[in-house]
Amino acid sequence: MASHYEAPIRKALVVGDKGYHDVTVDIAAPVEGRANKHWWIVFSIALVAFLWGLGCIIYTISTGIGTWGLNKSVNWAWDITNFVWWVGIGHAGTLISAVLLLFRQKWRMAINRSAEAMTIFSVVQAGLFPIIHMGRPWLAYWVLPIPNQFGSLWVNFNSPLLWDVFAISTYLSVSLVFWWTGLLPDFAMLRDRAILPFQKKIYGLLSFGWSGRAKDWQRFEEVSLVLAGLATPLVLSVHTIVSFDFATSVIPGWHTTIFPPYFVAGAIFSGFAMVNTLLIIMRKVCHLEAYITVQHIELMNIVIMLTGSIVGCAYITELFMAWYSGVEYEQYAFLNRATGPYWWAYWSMMTCNVFSPQFMWFKKLRTSIMFSFFISIVVNIGMWFERFVIIVTSLHRDYLPSSWTMFSPTFVDIGIFIGTIGFFFVLFLLYARTFPVIAQAEVKSILKSSGEKYKKLRDAGLPTYEITTPLVGNKVEKVVEEQINEVIEPNEKDVSDLLGTLGSFNADTDTADDLKKVKGIGPKMEVTLNQIGIYTFAQVGKMTEKEYNLLDSITGSFPGRAQRDDWAGQANKLNSNK
Amino acid sequence: MASKVIHAYYNDDEVLMHAVKKVKAAKHHIEEVFCPFPVHGLDKAMGLEPTRLAITAFLYGCVGISVATLMMNFIMIEDWPQDIGGKPSFSYIENMPAFVPIMFELTVFFAAHLMVITFYLRSRLWPFKKAENPDVRTTDDLFLMEIEIHENESELRELLAESGAVEINISEKNSH
Repeated sequence: MASHYEAPIRKALVVGDKGYHDVTVDIAAPVEGRANKHWWIVFSIALVAFLWGLGCIIYTISTGIGTWGLNKSVNWAWDITNFVWWVGIGHAGTLISAVLLLFRQKWRMAINRSAEAMTIFSVVQAGLFPIIHMGRPWLAYWVLPIPNQFGSLWVNFNSPLLWDVFAISTYLSVSLVFWWTGLLPDFAMLRDRAILPFQKKIYGLLSFGWSGRAKDWQRFEEVSLVLAGLATPLVLSVHTIVSFDFATSVIPGWHTTIFPPYFVAGAIFSGFAMVNTLLIIMRKVCHLEAYITVQHIELMNIVIMLTGSIVGCAYITELFMAWYSGVEYEQYAFLNRATGPYWWAYWSMMTCNVFSPQFMWFKKLRTSIMFSFFISIVVNIGMWFERFVIIVTSLHRDYLPSSWTMFSPTFVDIGIFIGTIGFFFVLFLLYARTFPVIAQAEVKSILKSSGEKYKKLRDAGLPTYEITTPLVGNKVEKVVEEQINEVIEPNEKDVSDLLGTLGSFNADTDTADDLKKVKGIGPKMEVTLNQIGIYTFAQVGKMTEKEYNLLDSITGSFPGRAQRDDWAGQANKLNSNK
Repeated sequence: MASKVIHAYYNDDEVLMHAVKKVKAAKHHIEEVFCPFPVHGLDKAMGLEPTRLAITAFLYGCVGISVATLMMNFIMIEDWPQDIGGKPSFSYIENMPAFVPIMFELTVFFAAHLMVITFYLRSRLWPFKKAENPDVRTTDDLFLMEIEIHENESELRELLAESGAVEINISEKNSH
């Protein structure tokens, strides 16, 4: 059908011989399986870091902001640096899912779910900093436009800090509903595959009873498109408004009109770097190499290269404008950045953000997974330094040389920052174990146009589907039986061997179970098993490797499948829940 | 009232599209189609009306910008006018540049959230709602077409089998 056509020059986005059911199985696997030792080790480290950070937050709030390294001149340092850093990282998710949706980029589908998760978790980290900095976080509701007990004193709508409150909370909440709406069909898939009643209940609750009617899908697609249209200007507005925190002030080094576009490019840059960091690990750990391919990593590297170059242009423009303005304070602020006592921070920023992405011009490097991971870490570090440079170097030498000073963080500053990294990874690791980490419904919808299996069929001139009419003029069950009769001629000895260990089924005393409940047993396989004489979960539950092999030799279909899906284990569970 | 319905299962979206067109051409009413993922053009082939959710989003956005304007006009201009940085707030229009960010944010906030809430209510999606897909495999890899039977069971069976259905079941359905 023409709707599934894609230019042959496009490389496959789903590699391997994957059909619709394979996508389901692959994406449900990390959720249905058990966590391995590595997951527990990383999770424990993240949890310890988070708890340490929590301790530092409690110490700050109970003692005061004096526990931080701030002083009279540098009165804003790591708190706002970390805030802007996390908000910046939080930009890639919505950018991938919204902007790339509007541009109809199909490669977004393998990465949008995790990128959005990253967005939400990092905006949560960002939001912590202003709340901690309030000193009395239980009064945080004072930022809302509500009349207070001092009379009708209101919040100041001329202040960019208040714009931030509105921008960040709108961004967080809209990203959350965008993410959740996309998750509904995928939670429904997990719900319908769940064997244990507890999991069925949880995923049933999370999926909001999604049934997948044609009308629901029509609305779903419209809602996704409109949300993408709304989220695109939203994501650009958020970092614009964050940059207003600085740009509307009169501090030399902050008071520049280039900040909004420069911050937005920087945010996309750092966000894509973090997506690369997370997904390069995740594709390996969750065995998703067929969906998050080297091509995906390459495309993200190109975005990193492009936005890194935009950021580089912005740095140079800033220097030029400082010189060209003729304002000596402005000129000194930038000279001091590059050659003053904080030269190391400035040049770390330049090296990490401007020079390192230029390696991505080489195809060999941008398709190397190890190198991409390395660069993504370098960019994350560089973008933290960018915010540190903008904030601390502009403040530490003000108009009054007698108050010039340096900033040194205390263990509390460092602890809170490490704590947010820990909190972020705690959330992300929990997400990776319980959520469908790839938007499987969307991947299925592009499978025919961009899956390797179907691309090969098209290249060979074969149809991507066929209409079989085995059911014509007959009762369904009968036809299935006849087909299977043709396929297998059970060897009498094998069958008796098999039933000898599994126990035979007595139609008078036993009742047959619905074997289709076991994952991997379809209607056809059930008929085959019934023919052999296997009718109950108890029988299937007794199967071991020997019986699986016997069964494979009898049926001749799907060798190894029973073992892979662990029919015996599933059947035992089903039997005990009967 | 309980009625009898026929469920035809398909394992491919393209086969399903052909089948839907065929069933429509034979003048049968398709009660429902359950899909594991969005099939483009299915709504048109089934004869579903286009959704009006985008229009509601526009209207909700208009509500959002009005709320923002009324709120900030009351707070900043009427109730407690201040002279901030030599720019006194006596007129909303003259002070508007400072209000644009919030006007924009609230427009997006109202449009996005109210549209999603409308979608959830119209499609009957909420926590503790029971799923209504008749077969669990419809969220995996099977497509299910539901047609009501009016004394034409064998005819429908024939038609659906010919259209490439991989499984056909008859079941009772309690209409809402």
